[in-house]
Amino acid sequence: MTDFHNALLAVKSDESNSSLSAIAALNKSGTESFLQQEIPTRKTEAWKFTSLYNFTSNKEGYGRCAETHNAAGLDGITTIPALDAQRIVFVNGQYSEELSSNESIKNVVRFSKASEAQQAIISDNLGTAIEQEKHIFAALNNAITTDGILVHIEKNEQLKTNIQITHITTAQAKPFTVAARLLIVLETGATATVVEHFASNDDEQNCFVNAITEAKVGANARLNHYRLQLMQEGSIQIGGVHVDLDRDANYDSFQLGLGAKIVRNDINVNHNVGGSHCELVGVYLPQNKQLIDFHSNLEHKVANCTTNEVFRGIMADKSKAVFNGRIHIHPDAQKTLASLSNKNLLLSNDATINTKPELEIYADDVRCAHGATIAQLDKQARFYLQSRGISAAEADVMLSFGFINELLENLELDAIRNLIRPLLAQRFGRDEELMKHIG
Amino acid sequence: MLTIKDLKASVEGKDILKGLNLVIKPGEIHAIMGPNGAGKSTLGNVLAGRDDYEVTSGSAELEGTNLLDLEAEERARLGLFLAFQYPVEIPGVSNLEFLKASVDSVRAAQGKDALDSVTFLKLARAKCKLVDLDQSFLKRGVNEGFSGGEKKRNEIMQMMLLEPKICILDETDSGLDIDALQVVAEGVNSLRDPNRSFIIITHYQRLLDYIVPDFVHVLANGKIVKSGGKELALELEEKGYGWLEDAAENGAS
Repeated sequence: MTDFHNALLAVKSDESNSSLSAIAALNKSGTESFLQQEIPTRKTEAWKFTSLYNFTSNKEGYGRCAETHNAAGLDGITTIPALDAQRIVFVNGQYSEELSSNESIKNVVRFSKASEAQQAIISDNLGTAIEQEKHIFAALNNAITTDGILVHIEKNEQLKTNIQITHITTAQAKPFTVAARLLIVLETGATATVVEHFASNDDEQNCFVNAITEAKVGANARLNHYRLQLMQEGSIQIGGVHVDLDRDANYDSFQLGLGAKIVRNDINVNHNVGGSHCELVGVYLPQNKQLIDFHSNLEHKVANCTTNEVFRGIMADKSKAVFNGRIHIHPDAQKTLASLSNKNLLLSNDATINTKPELEIYADDVRCAHGATIAQLDKQARFYLQSRGISAAEADVMLSFGFINELLENLELDAIRNLIRPLLAQRFGRDEELMKHIG
Repeated sequence: MLTIKDLKASVEGKDILKGLNLVIKPGEIHAIMGPNGAGKSTLGNVLAGRDDYEVTSGSAELEGTNLLDLEAEERARLGLFLAFQYPVEIPGVSNLEFLKASVDSVRAAQGKDALDSVTFLKLARAKCKLVDLDQSFLKRGVNEGFSGGEKKRNEIMQMMLLEPKICILDETDSGLDIDALQVVAEGVNSLRDPNRSFIIITHYQRLLDYIVPDFVHVLANGKIVKSGGKELALELEEKGYGWLEDAAENGAS
């Protein structure tokens, strides 16, 4: 245990002790687990390429946000245009009634407002998809969570309404922690689309967002999950997604990291029963001195499951990205189909990517493919553009944009594509007006 | 319009063009035919500025400017257009965005303002219609998943949008069925203009039934070995290239 451990735990004051017994128990076991683990350094294998110096050097730690939030002027960054969604919004970790949708649907509830039946669901599921002893920042979240969101879809319910969960941060006088917790439970045959959205106002941020999402996807259920990190560059976000897949379950996810001072996401998906499929797509675009780290871990514990994982990144300026994609195929996981592709473009000599696909295969009848590339832009494509009068520099920008845009074309929600495209266009200096005509 | 003098070029140390001379006046259509490996596509690529080729001597002047001193994009902005034999697929970059960037660049070089996106969209849709491409092709990635014929029609559409001074068609007829060939030929014919010239590189006489050339040249072993009128193409169709290659070798020795 160090002072920094205590500084991180300090966010949880006595008064925030939850009345829910499930949360109180989670807080207790989280605290114990967290205190037993060392704060990662460059010597910690899973953190070898990701320095937390900019985080841990702040000795005063990250307390609770003292200010009560002011929703004024935040509606713009909260809104995802043309997304038909039930919206739940937090500002600096505090629930904002003003920014959230007026009508509430039965499927979404804050832990603190849960009915008895919902409390039972929380109690049965919260923390069960997470191996907290392997993920110190998940243990931290277990320790400090006081409230969170439960998304619960009943058996065979096809939820038509999208669910948008937005965390907005604003700069404050002192650095502060936002402990964000989301629990998604899909019963047998249920389907839902959940959009997690992290944004901030334009001021230099000093928050530490510790966001943990757990998804329990039931038999033959389908979860479409979007996780968009659009915070201002001063932010720090460390957390992850932990998913348990039941028989024939489907988990389809898209992750976007546009950059912050430090972003670290641990994505763990467990194929637990058989016949399940996981589609994991991600894009990271750090610039300036930003650092984005995606660590994914797929546990194929049983036979007949499939995983398709595609991550692409473009690193500009002095930025850095880390990608670690582990696929662990257990001895019983015969007939596994798994593929992992990670492609990277470096736009400057000072940009860095550390990429490592890691296949661990202990079954003998499986098909696995993996590839990681750090590429230059395609010369033939560049010449083609130049031969039409487009300068080499502009051709490079167009090709970079295309490299990412290709992954957006498959997104099911048009609204998400339409949200991201102009941001990308802006990043790459493309014509935003013209983008509107490209569906 | 275009004057090529003693053009020599090599790729990976191998000489391909060995002193090629050609003068093209405004409004003329020149067909270049010849056997495989004669250097036909090299000529198109060297003129367009592909940097895989090393130009070892000669010049190629477009209205007095030596193209060989310029970057590929500068040549395009001066009014040179190469319709590719194998148009490149660029997933993720929409055809519409690509076309607009291209037209904007060429217009800027001519001192004209960029078109606003709505005006451009109308223009691009109209050109799509002319080459019988569905408008949905504008939204798709550049040439991505297009059939051979669709790619070639996309090339012709670009030519229509850019209105170049000199158009080089590199085996645009290869892989086209008769219907697509007619669409491509109609596109080219609609662009015929006293101030615009064409170089049609082809293996076959067939295309020249639809696009009637003023001159036909035979390129063999890196040089033009015979030139004539449109009737030369018919003679080649009948007799093949062998007799000309033999003559060229005898002449050289």
